[in-house]
Amino acid sequence: MYGAAAETGGTIPLEEREPQTDIIVHGERLTCDWAGCVYWREEETLIVSDLHLEKGSSIARSGPFLPPYDTAATLARLAQRIAHWQPGRVISLGDSFHDPFACERLHPRDGETLAGLMKGREWIWITGNHDPAPPAELGGTGAVEMLIGNLTFRHQPQRGSTPGEVAGHLHPVGKISRRSKNVRRPCFATDGRRLILPSFGAYTGGLNLRDAAFDGLFAEDRLSAVLLGRGRVFHIAARNLVR
Amino acid sequence: MNKPAAPTQTQLELPALLPERFAAWFAAKGWRPRRHQLELLKRAEAGGSTLLIAPTGAGKTLAGFLPSLTDLDQRPKRRPGEAFRGVHTLYISPLKALAVDIHRNLSTPIGEIGLDIDIETRTGDTPSHRRQRQKLDPPDILLTTPEQVSLLIASKDATRFFRDLRFVIFDELHSLVTSKRGHLLSLALARLNRLAPGLRAIGLSATVAEPADLCRWLVPQGMEGEIREAGLIEVAGGAKPEISILKSGEHVPWSGHSARYAMPEIYEAIRDHRTTLLFVNTRSQAELLFQELWRINEATLPIALHHGSLDVGQRRKVEAAMAQNGLRAIVATSTLDLGIDWGDVDLVVHVGAPKGASRLAQRIGRSNHRMDEPSKAILIPANRFEVLECQAALDANYLGAQDTPPLREGSLDVLAQHVLGMAVAEPFQADALYAEVTTAAPYAALDRADFDRVVDFVATGGYALRSYERYAKIRRTADGSWRISHPRFAQQYRLNAGTILEAPMLEVRLTRMSGKALRSAGTFRGGRKLGKIEEGFLESLGAGDTFIFAGRTVRFEGIHEATCFVSDAEGSDARVPAYAGGKFPFSTYLADQVRQMLADPGTWQRLPQQVADWLAIQRRVSVLPGRDDLLIETFPRGGKHYLIAYPFEGRLAHQTLGMLLTRRMERSKARPLGFVATDYALGIWGLRDFGRMIETGEMPLSQLFDEDMLGDDLETWLDESFMLKRTFRHCATIAGLIEKRHPGQEKTGRQMTVSSDLIYDVLREHEPDHILLQATRQEAAFGLLDVRRLGDMLKRIKGHLVHRGLDRISPLAVPIMLEVGRETIAGEAEDALLAEAADELFADIAAGL
Repeated sequence: MYGAAAETGGTIPLEEREPQTDIIVHGERLTCDWAGCVYWREEETLIVSDLHLEKGSSIARSGPFLPPYDTAATLARLAQRIAHWQPGRVISLGDSFHDPFACERLHPRDGETLAGLMKGREWIWITGNHDPAPPAELGGTGAVEMLIGNLTFRHQPQRGSTPGEVAGHLHPVGKISRRSKNVRRPCFATDGRRLILPSFGAYTGGLNLRDAAFDGLFAEDRLSAVLLGRGRVFHIAARNLVR
Repeated sequence: MNKPAAPTQTQLELPALLPERFAAWFAAKGWRPRRHQLELLKRAEAGGSTLLIAPTGAGKTLAGFLPSLTDLDQRPKRRPGEAFRGVHTLYISPLKALAVDIHRNLSTPIGEIGLDIDIETRTGDTPSHRRQRQKLDPPDILLTTPEQVSLLIASKDATRFFRDLRFVIFDELHSLVTSKRGHLLSLALARLNRLAPGLRAIGLSATVAEPADLCRWLVPQGMEGEIREAGLIEVAGGAKPEISILKSGEHVPWSGHSARYAMPEIYEAIRDHRTTLLFVNTRSQAELLFQELWRINEATLPIALHHGSLDVGQRRKVEAAMAQNGLRAIVATSTLDLGIDWGDVDLVVHVGAPKGASRLAQRIGRSNHRMDEPSKAILIPANRFEVLECQAALDANYLGAQDTPPLREGSLDVLAQHVLGMAVAEPFQADALYAEVTTAAPYAALDRADFDRVVDFVATGGYALRSYERYAKIRRTADGSWRISHPRFAQQYRLNAGTILEAPMLEVRLTRMSGKALRSAGTFRGGRKLGKIEEGFLESLGAGDTFIFAGRTVRFEGIHEATCFVSDAEGSDARVPAYAGGKFPFSTYLADQVRQMLADPGTWQRLPQQVADWLAIQRRVSVLPGRDDLLIETFPRGGKHYLIAYPFEGRLAHQTLGMLLTRRMERSKARPLGFVATDYALGIWGLRDFGRMIETGEMPLSQLFDEDMLGDDLETWLDESFMLKRTFRHCATIAGLIEKRHPGQEKTGRQMTVSSDLIYDVLREHEPDHILLQATRQEAAFGLLDVRRLGDMLKRIKGHLVHRGLDRISPLAVPIMLEVGRETIAGEAEDALLAEAADELFADIAAGL
């Protein structure tokens, strides 16, 4: 009882907490983790998208000086999930780095953290629009897309592609409106044929799932979203999502 | 602006310092200069700065300008071809409208006296070509706002523009100094004093609790903590106002803020007077009151609405109608608190609790500008606790007690903005700028180390991990001076200057077309402007929802770019927009008076019978706390257990207290479920018998309310609090870490912008001692969390805890019990809403099985 503390009332029974939820995408069972990554148990694979490492330093080149700790924060969260799931393989679904020079700006300490995470497991860098070339100096395998089992992994979702696409790029966010209040959270979006992951990076914003950018990607009648909460996820039907 | 002196006023000799033309003008008007006007003139002639505290109608504005006008009278006119001459007098007012109003009011005597003086205004509305011209050819007197002053001193021509400045006049100084706006203005004054040595400052203010604070604010403070003060002239108030509390024949409600019960009586009061000014505390209340009055306005009296979200054109119309006595009543919020001339108001009605004695006095001062005649005011409490509060405010007014908030130390985020501005103006030496900044009273005690950290923050973000050296905004050059490294930072500074952060607003336009028709016609255009409304409220609306705005019921049709389209609608269940930041804090003085009143049944005879009866029953079935006591009642109700505390310390402090108490109770296994806070009380509910736990010593009250809750518990909670995140956003925006949102631009770029919450989370985890987090905590102590007040209270109640275990709800508990469940869910309770939505999906699945 009395879970996430309410400032002005309201209660969340702890018993009902659900740290993750399983979904089926093109016949494969995937676990949506509350931190915003997917674990594919059968393949012992952890999938994350849009890490946008070094976004802070990228912005600092011409804009405000955001705290230069976003890479450390993102990697710490990733390390925690890797420690939890112990995957044999990690797929980073593109936009892993915020710009082509991000890798050079990586703080040595963060570089060590990343190397530590990659050690002893297969690591796949899917390329994205922010990082069109895989980071050669870090190791791992670079790929534009990759096919494993029934699933295809690529950065940018493609309209009309064969079922089983797992992508990122759009940073989906689900919004619900209740009792005169809006709640907006990063989310997984799926219709059972395609899955789009939320962005994992500490400084990444999101785009409403109801935005035109998502048009034609999902079968509306089968669309649902898994919204990220504090230490749990919420599986929400499409009709409850608003613009 | 200067009303005829009453015949009783003592004859004053016209001293030689009043130039003949001025004396003749006074004589021609049949007026005599007032004593304070002459005294202020004399002090200014002697080179001194002065604070003038005077009630409305005392000729305060003329007094403020007289030294400047007589000095300008001596200054020969600049001839064509003559060298550049800087501005002579700067008049700074908190409101654009006030600057415009003063321009009108000052032009008349200047014309009549026959002075050849240029007066111009400069506000956000001034077209850029005129601003350019003003810089090349400054007027003698410039009427402007604090934000414009900050921009002016940050411009390259500041030295030239201000070198001839002789006078700076601050109008409504009491309202300027209490905010971050005042902090920024104090820094600007420090710079003006450097640019124009010998500058005389004149502050005009309503009565305040600590005039010495304002006297210090006006003049440069000495090195090493030497305190300096401007001279003080206080004009005694005119006749005492006649204030009464509405003795309604109707039932005064237990809770709520609508005062609907009193509408017929309010309407009657309007009918019985020439012009009535109705004050409410929030814009939502203004909309509601206006609707309620028109519902019963059988005589169709001209009753108007005025608040800050309405279209400027609309507001100007209302103000003009008011000045010409064309209105019988006007419903207004704080926009009218300030000194615009309001025609012939003979009654002020204050609906809802005044929240502060000084606030009430300033509002009542709006009626009857002849200072020698009493103003008349009626207070309308909206609920029973407000009856007590109104009575306390009325007593305070009789005694002349003041409870304006104390001045706070200058905030560091504001300093950061100023430091960048100063680098934009010209390169600065850190030692010199530090010396200058500490002459500003709010920054007199500023640590050199903190100053250096602020400079470091401006330069590269001030992070321990020195990642951004190569991108520095300001750099130290060979001669040791700091200068901006690229002109674009000057541009950025100008776009983000100022400390007023409004929630993003959308323009509201009235259309005849439905949203569907609008879309198919493809013409999201036209329609009459009604005003502006907060984006957050509109986002919670669906097409077809109705709400009350600008005094009418409208239907939401849709949003296109930065405009919201609405159409006229009927219906009684329309929503009322909630506006952020509309609530005034409940002053500690009034709180103390209310506690005293509760403790002393002898005072109850002045209260309405129904309220006195309510207290009497409370005394019979429970207890009324002593003045310094904290009463805590526990009782079961509807399968839950309740703990109600009555600290009377204001909603903000109660909310913080509620958060900390529930944490402790949780640790004591009391299983609290939630809480609700009002200005007067705090209610916590849960599953275990709180009363029994207190009585058996399982959860001792003295431990529950121990001061140490302000230690670790507070720290832990603060870090997660959405209120602290909101405070951080304000600080980060003012300091320039987050760029201000400009309407309409942000929707498309949401993927790209980094939200302040994300920045906060990262910074808190990796550099908890960062200067911006320090500024945020400093702010939280006074602002949204009111931690300081909570600390004072915990000290006060030590050893004064009174517990009553009851078997049912007490009379005193009724008001807050009515709030239980009415409170909207906020912040960290968002997950509860998500859970609800998720449950519906499960219900669907279950139904499909």
